[in-house]
Amino acid sequence: MNPILIIARRELGSFFDSLVAYIMLIAFLGFSGFFTWLFGGDIFFRKEASLQVFFGVAFWTLFFFIPAITMRQVAEEKKTGTIEMLLTKSITNRQLVLGKWLACFLLVCIALAFTLPYYFTVAGLGDIDHGATICGYLGLLLMSAVYVSIGIFASSLTNNQIVAFLLALIVGIFFHFLFDVVASDSSGMVGELASTLSLSTHFESISRGVIDSKDLIYFVSLTLFGLLMAEFMISKRK
Amino acid sequence: MDILIEGLTKNYGFQKAVDDISFKVNTGEILGFLGPNGAGKTTTMKMIMGYLDIDEGDIQVGGRSVKGGERDNSTFGYLPEHNPLYLDMPVIDYLEFCAALQKVPKDKIDHQIKRMVKLCGLDEEKHKKIGELSKGYRQRVGLAQAMIHDPKVLILDEPTTGLDPNQIVEIRELIKQLGKEKTVILSTHILPEVEATCDRILIINKGKIVADGTADTLRKQAQGQQVLQVRIEAPGADMVYEALQQLSTVNQVDVLDRDALRFEIQSVGDRKSNAHIFNLCVNNGWILTEMIPFETKLEDIFREVTLN
Repeated sequence: MNPILIIARRELGSFFDSLVAYIMLIAFLGFSGFFTWLFGGDIFFRKEASLQVFFGVAFWTLFFFIPAITMRQVAEEKKTGTIEMLLTKSITNRQLVLGKWLACFLLVCIALAFTLPYYFTVAGLGDIDHGATICGYLGLLLMSAVYVSIGIFASSLTNNQIVAFLLALIVGIFFHFLFDVVASDSSGMVGELASTLSLSTHFESISRGVIDSKDLIYFVSLTLFGLLMAEFMISKRK
Repeated sequence: MDILIEGLTKNYGFQKAVDDISFKVNTGEILGFLGPNGAGKTTTMKMIMGYLDIDEGDIQVGGRSVKGGERDNSTFGYLPEHNPLYLDMPVIDYLEFCAALQKVPKDKIDHQIKRMVKLCGLDEEKHKKIGELSKGYRQRVGLAQAMIHDPKVLILDEPTTGLDPNQIVEIRELIKQLGKEKTVILSTHILPEVEATCDRILIINKGKIVADGTADTLRKQAQGQQVLQVRIEAPGADMVYEALQQLSTVNQVDVLDRDALRFEIQSVGDRKSNAHIFNLCVNNGWILTEMIPFETKLEDIFREVTLN
């Protein structure tokens, strides 16, 4: 079996053996369910069958939950020394990083899969725009890919999980929120640049139902950049 | 597979952790790597495993340099220092994970796990989580994961720490048995261990090799003259003392115990006095009850080469 899959299988197994996966799933579904259906309740007042409210909620819940699942990936291996055991086996730094990324990304996919009943429910209530909904999910997946990648990079910088969690949030908040603020407050070059870098801008344009190659390139390249940085940090040993 | 190390050097800042060391380990040889704390043993092993970069020099395993991207880690079995393990995994799952990573074919993984569980005495603990095991059993799991893919080269960093005396004997036997067809380098602080297990001893200090050879050759180098302790049953101590001093091969006689007639005899140069003492006793009708060759202990050699 490919080393990437071996690592991913172990990590995913370890999520479900510990409480991490269950806490993550319950908390994610709890929060997004509460804010989508109960609190605010505007999903019923939009006068259209759409999951836009849910995508807006998940946009924020995933932002907080992903660093919590990525924080231990490399940091713990460094702390306990198991990274030495791993990297002296037949596996490259790149395969290790990809395996870890895949495991975290799959956990997010599982969490999102549990929200599919929302889709079916809303589809039963009215005439839902299937294309826009699929695009919304695609946007969430692409965003998750980026944050998992950033989270693993943050985790590879330290051997302390809390530091890794906070680092991932700090790096993430720029893409998630701050670049967007800068973009709306400034004009010209700076505004343009901030708007290009802002993840929320790209997310919105995809979740509106428009798949632009510009947005796809943005998500894929940011993910790859995070992974490459993580790989570089792991290969840098004394 | 031979391991050939040439001019290996590693710097940590201004400190030279490993300083221009060269040696060769042949197939089927078990090399004991000795040295005080911080001598550079672990650093050298990490460089052989490719975990640390080599600053200068080269390491060749089976004629191929370990530098560059072409190294094949499945030739190596490695037990790192402190034996890091995934504590949340059951023993069997962990071994399966390691076997898969080391490219053991899928249909052979079960067989290999069974073999290692038996070999390392893990049968009763195999379904427990590693975190629930005692230190000795964790050490066994560490050894099992290192050998699961039947590697040609075994690098073991302090394989017997934390084991009880029975386990130590078992693990030594295991290493000896495996060492017949593999190339083994093991590091340890326990000196009798190297004597019991290793074909060759390499002592390093402050990053440099200070002694290299079998336990016997090291002893010979350190010892110099032959020293014997004898006990002779005879009518009087003075008479025996004088007669011993008359022997041509004897350099010096010390009386250890006057009443029990025990003496320590140092021979001249590289000559041996055993036969002369025996003949002396026979000719005088004395009874030779003890003759103990005094051996330089490995501890003494170790202290001598690492303390200056």
